Amino acid sequence: MVNIEINGIPIQARDGAMVIEAADEAGIVIPRFCYHKKLSIAANCRMCLVDVEKAPKPLPACATPVTDGMVVRTRSEKALDAQKGVMEFLLINHPLDCPICDQGGECELQDLAMGFGKDASRYTEARRVVPEKNLGPLIATDMTRCIHCTRCVRFGREIAGIMELGATGRGEHTEIGTYVERTVNSEMSGNVIDLCPVGALTSRPYRYTGRPWENRQSVSIAPHDCVGSNIYIETRRGRLMRVLPQENEAINETWISDRDRFSYTAVQGEARLARPMIKQGEDWKEVDWHTALEYAVEGIRRVREQAGSEQIGALVSPSSTLEELYLAQKLLRALGSDNIDHRLRQTDFRDQDLAPVAPLLGSTLAELEARDAVLLIGSFTRKDQPLAAHRLRKAAVRGAAIMSVSSLAYDFNFDLAAEIVAAPAGMVNELAGIASALLELSGGEAPEGLASLLAPLAISEAHRDIAARLREAEQGSVLLGVQALGQAELSELRALAGVIARESGASLGYLPDGANAVGAWLAGAVPHRRPGGDETGGRDVDNMINDGLRACLLLGVEPEFDTAQPARALATVEAADFVVVMNPFVSETMKTYADVLLPVATWAETAGTYVNVEGAWQRFTAAMEPLGEARPAWKVLRVLGNLFELDGFEQTSTDEVHDEAREAIGEVTPATDSAWRLPAARTVAGEGLQRIAFLPIYGVDGLVRRAAALQATADAPPAAMYLNGALAAELGLSDGESAVARQDNNAVTLPVIIDEGVPDGCVLIPQAIKGVEMLASATGRVSVERA
Amino acid sequence: MMQSGKRASKLHLITAASLEEIDHWVAKYPADRKQGAVMAALRIVQDQNGGWLSNDLMDAVAEYLGMEPIEVYEVATFYSMYERDPVGRHKICICTNISCMLCGSAEIVRHLEERLGIKLGETTEDGRFTLKEVECLGACVDAPMFQIGRNYYAKLTKEKVDEILDALD
Repeated sequence: MVNIEINGIPIQARDGAMVIEAADEAGIVIPRFCYHKKLSIAANCRMCLVDVEKAPKPLPACATPVTDGMVVRTRSEKALDAQKGVMEFLLINHPLDCPICDQGGECELQDLAMGFGKDASRYTEARRVVPEKNLGPLIATDMTRCIHCTRCVRFGREIAGIMELGATGRGEHTEIGTYVERTVNSEMSGNVIDLCPVGALTSRPYRYTGRPWENRQSVSIAPHDCVGSNIYIETRRGRLMRVLPQENEAINETWISDRDRFSYTAVQGEARLARPMIKQGEDWKEVDWHTALEYAVEGIRRVREQAGSEQIGALVSPSSTLEELYLAQKLLRALGSDNIDHRLRQTDFRDQDLAPVAPLLGSTLAELEARDAVLLIGSFTRKDQPLAAHRLRKAAVRGAAIMSVSSLAYDFNFDLAAEIVAAPAGMVNELAGIASALLELSGGEAPEGLASLLAPLAISEAHRDIAARLREAEQGSVLLGVQALGQAELSELRALAGVIARESGASLGYLPDGANAVGAWLAGAVPHRRPGGDETGGRDVDNMINDGLRACLLLGVEPEFDTAQPARALATVEAADFVVVMNPFVSETMKTYADVLLPVATWAETAGTYVNVEGAWQRFTAAMEPLGEARPAWKVLRVLGNLFELDGFEQTSTDEVHDEAREAIGEVTPATDSAWRLPAARTVAGEGLQRIAFLPIYGVDGLVRRAAALQATADAPPAAMYLNGALAAELGLSDGESAVARQDNNAVTLPVIIDEGVPDGCVLIPQAIKGVEMLASATGRVSVERA
Repeated sequence: MMQSGKRASKLHLITAASLEEIDHWVAKYPADRKQGAVMAALRIVQDQNGGWLSNDLMDAVAEYLGMEPIEVYEVATFYSMYERDPVGRHKICICTNISCMLCGSAEIVRHLEERLGIKLGETTEDGRFTLKEVECLGACVDAPMFQIGRNYYAKLTKEKVDEILDALD
């Protein structure tokens, strides 16, 4: 620590800190544009010039390290003169179009110009005009307003990991842009809107819709991934205007993903269900809540009397709040059924009794950044959980070995230290290879049956390499991702991941899909465990879909997109006698299978809790009233409980539900070790190629799927089948041609796209998008032939 | 979709001879700092391509040196001696900076424009000449002056300009 003095105030500053950091910590304001604490120092805007004693000229506070005894003045005549001079230069070319600029009211240049600018310009020469750039559907540009702080350029290089923007030209002709016309495709690109200190980069969906001072800001949690980024929801007169990041160094730092930022556009979308509806014969009729709920209760009662409780089941979204999930399982169990599941994309339940009490990360997100080695198993973290990938990227940049075993040569935004790409079934052999290599190194005893998982492979150099790196690491993690959790081989992968973690001393963790998978497990939204993890026995989602249900409750779920078995799930709900749909949205498909449609609130319109992948319970309140007659789902579930005349549904607030759930869950200590059990052999039925079911970033839930701006980006893939060139040639298929993919008795015709990242014997067909919902299953075999 | 960051290779656009020359420069920098050779590499491929850089060539340089294309565009747009549009066989770079201006560069410019029938920054229709206004080339002592190709021509007069241009193909 060194002692310095700023404006006469003695301050202790960290060795090597810059003057601006010390000032920020002491709450002394120094004007700045290019400096940002999360980005490298550029010192090119010169706005932060300060007066340092013994220095002949004013120095930039962002690039001047503190030294012992330094005396700094930020408001002396010399400092103010310099700052005002810089401001005058910045305003030479900056247009005076604040009244039509979206940044107005939250513009750093506007604010500082109030303090340091003159009221009239001395400049009479020509001003520069810079043409607009087309950066895609998320970011609007007004490049004439740019002051060349290069925050957006540094963000791309240092944070997003793909450098898309740059400063081309020189001097007055400098322009920020992509030089060649291309869109900005980072999944975190929206952060440049916040970083831009002027109105050069603004939000396209929010454009010209409001002024920041009209908006009301509420604190909330992002509803799409298990990171649980902290956000602000801004509303104006009951309308959701936009979503911004809220700083939380432990979770999302200062960033959010584009998915969290732009999905809100669907909240006010046309697809919202405004009023409860019931089906009368073939017609849908809008009714009041009481009628709808009575109708729902009556329908479920009828099934229960005729067929018994085990014919009632609930599929619930893993992005529901903890309170909703808790009440949903409580309702089902009070009705005598354990058939509730949130693991909609999971297909293998053979080892669910061995599963941990919740799919936790095994470390904090911040610790992920300090890992020396991480083995990702079936995880495309970059698009699945962009902010977790950001931590991994920081580790990789620091020199950590991030390694991947998956079924797709994936485009990470950092260099992998090792990568194995294998067919889904082949991933088992590869992991067995790594486990065996580790056992060789440790001299440990191989668990029973390991050799049978390795065959027909032998331990390869690649296995030894990964094993050695994991073993050498002081801090290691083995993480099972969204792909792995959806695979038919999950039991084998989990068992092997357990051996790998144990033998290498790494922690075993998960990166599941949904915003609240951890909360769902804890709250008992699984058939085999009650809140807190007590064993019980119900039917899992696979069983419910394939053996059928007579009555079904769908909470935030669209079976054709949200389950791993779209066509089968759709057939099941269509065949059911009575289906209650609780969803913020309505679709034509819903009307074909539902009997009651109950409009429920989106996450922005309800209070609740998400438990993130670290196990952090994050509570949020409603930012706005629900649209139309929609009601928070927890209230609907509670009233259903009342109408069924069940005990324990008297809660009057989410606080009460939260406290009750918390008590029922108790103190949960997740097991750090995973038990070994050789899963019962499971043969992949049928002939044909193995399907890799890629879950696109903008297909994960109903809200994102209806966010128009996100669907217009390059990350929203077309319905197509991707296979490698050699395999395509073997099948007589070429790029762009149509082919038929067949599963069970369902067939879909899709264009072929050649992608060399897909392993042999496999076809990648994205799930959760329109055009593939008629395929039976996200896993297993697909036969592919020319159309 | 899956491989969004990966583009088709454009390396074949750089000739073997150019690559050899670029390697000479790459060797001057540490192995993990190859991008140090970017300016030399751009000059070499510009020469190979008749005096100008296409976007594809810049992409090829980026690929060869392990840089992002935009980083190469930044360099190529910053320095005035990289051309990003086709130029004539002879690029006449005429200095109009202070010393040349005082010694009559405006007269020389007017003469060149009349003789070639083009304005500063333009190329003759037959593709022989490009006329480019440049800043000081450090030959003030012999002002006014211009540069064609690798040669400086100094103490210019209208007559001398005609003589020089007549001698070019």
